Amino acid sequence: MRTKKEYDDIPGTYIFDADMSRKGYHLNMFCISLRKAENRAAFKADPATYLDNYPMTKAQRDAVNARQWNTLLKLGGNIYYTSKLAAFDGINFQALAGLMTGMTRDAYRQMMLDGGRPIEGNRSKKEWT
Amino acid sequence: MARVDAGIGVSHVPAIGVAIDTGITDDPYWQPLFAGFELTRKWVRDYDPDVIFLVYNDHCTAFSAEMIPTFALGCAAEFQPADEGWGPRPVPVVRGHPELASHIAQSVILDEFDLTIMNRMDVDHGLTVPLSVLFDQPEAWPCPVVPLCVNVVQYPPPTGNRCFNLGRAVRRAIDSYDEDIKVLMLGTGGMSHQLQAERAGLINPAFDKRFLDLLTENPVKGAQISHLEYLRESGSEGIELVMWHVMRGALNDKVEEIHRHYHVPASNTAVGHIILENR
Repeated sequence: MRTKKEYDDIPGTYIFDADMSRKGYHLNMFCISLRKAENRAAFKADPATYLDNYPMTKAQRDAVNARQWNTLLKLGGNIYYTSKLAAFDGINFQALAGLMTGMTRDAYRQMMLDGGRPIEGNRSKKEWT
Repeated sequence: MARVDAGIGVSHVPAIGVAIDTGITDDPYWQPLFAGFELTRKWVRDYDPDVIFLVYNDHCTAFSAEMIPTFALGCAAEFQPADEGWGPRPVPVVRGHPELASHIAQSVILDEFDLTIMNRMDVDHGLTVPLSVLFDQPEAWPCPVVPLCVNVVQYPPPTGNRCFNLGRAVRRAIDSYDEDIKVLMLGTGGMSHQLQAERAGLINPAFDKRFLDLLTENPVKGAQISHLEYLRESGSEGIELVMWHVMRGALNDKVEEIHRHYHVPASNTAVGHIILENR
């Protein structure tokens, strides 16, 4: 495994590469299982027992339980998977994006209506310090 | 002989599908977006393709983390619209073209592109939203589709250059198919957007414009845009624009830009659209 990657410098972004995919495998398989109605029902009925089917790390499991959306990404989750957990909670993609940015739902929506987050000032971690 | 005359690039934002399915395309939020597709719907009706070769990505629907093929070609007779967690989209079943698809598979594999062959595959919004953009809400889709599914979820996706050259190989395959049919190329996804983490909501119109300019005028150069540049400049999910290079690779070196449409936002995404005809 390489510890430094060329995309490490991009701020506020977790690149879901092969290392992250390996770390997040069981977490992501849990999330994607929620695509099926019978699995959503089982998870709703008994979250702890349902989560036992997926051998995640304790940190991943805690982040699932606490719905820490950015932590899930940090621990190998991918947005197309974690969005299924959000959908389970009734949170749509735009609302989820708002939650991850720390903005209110209305502020995020307004930012998108105004043309989105500009690239200026958002290319490098140096610009975020 | 089969032929390729034109290609279309278009975003496949799921919210566009929802807007069509729920009949809210005239709402003030959506109207400017759909206005830019009016010319397209007429163009496609007039052109009347026999088959669509549609390049898209699956969003952990047909493929989970268990299997991640870089290029998967749909060779089945039909493809079911998938349940992505809130029920399948109310759209027709997608008919395939197994004869053309298997010919393309055989041709491009011998041309050194090692595809995965899919004889059963559910298709998600990545494939069905572009069809809805072109055809609205028909009883049945007007022509069969050969789907090419590209991994853009787990980094790295194939390079733009690899996609472009695969497009050229697909063109050689279509050119050598005996039946007299018109195959319309579709590249989908993009444009700039980031769906994840603290930088979510990123939009970069300057990058998107340059991408479209290069696609029309200098596709070989456009195919050299690096993965790092996509990630940084167009957002972590904007990298799915590599799929447009497959479409462009299948066209002639010289093309005429018939139509271009760019709109921000659709949900979290900059929507781009282009029609290119061979010259």
